Amino acid sequence: MTAPAPEPYAPRGPVAVDSQQPLARRQVSLVDLLDRLLGTGVVLTGSLTLGIADVDLVRIDLRALISSVNARVPSPWEGGQPL
Amino acid sequence: MTGELRYVYAVTAPLHASLPADLRGVAGSVPYLVEHAGLAAVAGRVPEADFAEEPLRAHLEDLGWLEETARAHQRVVDALTARTCPLPLRLATVYRDDDGVRRALEEGAEEFHATLRRLAGRVEWGVKVYAQRAPEPAAAPRAAPASGREFLRRRRQEVTARENVLEEAEELGRTLHAALAAEAEEVRTYPAQNPQLSKVPGQNLLNAAYLVPRERSDAFVARVEQLGGHDPAVRVELTGPWAPYSFATSDTGTTGTGTTDTGSTGTETTGTKTTDTQERVHDGAGA
Repeated sequence: MTAPAPEPYAPRGPVAVDSQQPLARRQVSLVDLLDRLLGTGVVLTGSLTLGIADVDLVRIDLRALISSVNARVPSPWEGGQPL
Repeated sequence: MTGELRYVYAVTAPLHASLPADLRGVAGSVPYLVEHAGLAAVAGRVPEADFAEEPLRAHLEDLGWLEETARAHQRVVDALTARTCPLPLRLATVYRDDDGVRRALEEGAEEFHATLRRLAGRVEWGVKVYAQRAPEPAAAPRAAPASGREFLRRRRQEVTARENVLEEAEELGRTLHAALAAEAEEVRTYPAQNPQLSKVPGQNLLNAAYLVPRERSDAFVARVEQLGGHDPAVRVELTGPWAPYSFATSDTGTTGTGTTDTGSTGTETTGTKTTDTQERVHDGAGA
C-alpha cells in the first residue's frame, strides 16, 4: 500500500491499524475522532461564545447519534467486574 | 454577523518552531499564536456567521460539517503534536477576540503549566477489541430438523458455540488490557462503541486509551501486535499516536493498571498533552 500523495499539508496524524489487516493503515474513523474531540480535551470556561452548557447539549445529541455508549454492552473492565 | 471570532485549537508552551506555512485549520483559516502567561494558544479567525452560538449549534447537527470541522481541528493538533506538547481543546472552543483568549490563558495558567509538565513527551494510543462473529455453526448443508426437539437441540448448540467464542474473546481482551496497562503510565477505559454507530463488525469488548512515553511507543505497539494480532476470536484495532486527549484533564487518568473511570467525560478545565509523534504514520490524516 502506498501512501497517498501529500495534500497541501499532510501532518502525521494518528492512524488506525487492524489486526485483521495489519498492513493497511487507515485514517481514523469519525467516531473515534469525535469521541476524542467531543468527549475529551480541555474545556475552557470563561468568555466562550459557546458556553459549556451548549457544548454539553451538543454532546448529548451526538452521543445518542455517534458516540459510543451502549448501556447494554458495558465494558467488562469497568469496575473490575467481568461481564 | 459579518465579524470574525477566534477558534482555539490547543494550548502549548511557547513554540520555538513555526507552523507549516500551508497549514489550514477550521474554515480554511491560517492558525496563529496568541502568547500570554508563558503559554501559547493556537487560534484561527473564523466567520461569526458560522461560529456564533446559534449558527454553530445548527452546524454541529450537520454530520458533514461536523466531520470537516473535526478533521480540520485534528489537522492543526497533529501539526502541533509533531513540534511540541499541545493540550488539545474541546471541539468548537470559540472566543470573541484575542483578549478573550489571553484571559483564558491567564485564568488557567497554573493548571496549564502543571498539565504540560505532567504530559510532556507522552502520546496516547487507543486500543479496541472486538469479538469476531462466531463461525456460522454448521452452515454447511444440513437436513432440516426432523422434529421440534431436534430444532431446539441445534439452536442450543449454536448458542453455546457463540457463547464460547465470546468468552474466549473476553478472556483475550482482559489479558491484553492488563498487559498494556502494565506498559502504560495511565489508562482510561471508555464505554464500548455501539456497532450500529461505528459500523464495524463484532461486539466491542474493550475501548481503552493508554498514555505512553513517546520513546516507548514502538514497544507498546509491538506488544499489541504480539498479544492481539493472531487470535481469530478477536479483532484488535489500534489507533495512534494521538495527542494525549484522554489524559488532558487532571481527573481523567488513573495511574497504574486496570480500570479507570469510564462514562461521563468531565467538564473540568485544563489538560495537557504532549507529543510529537513521528512514527507509524504513513497516511496523511487528510481526506
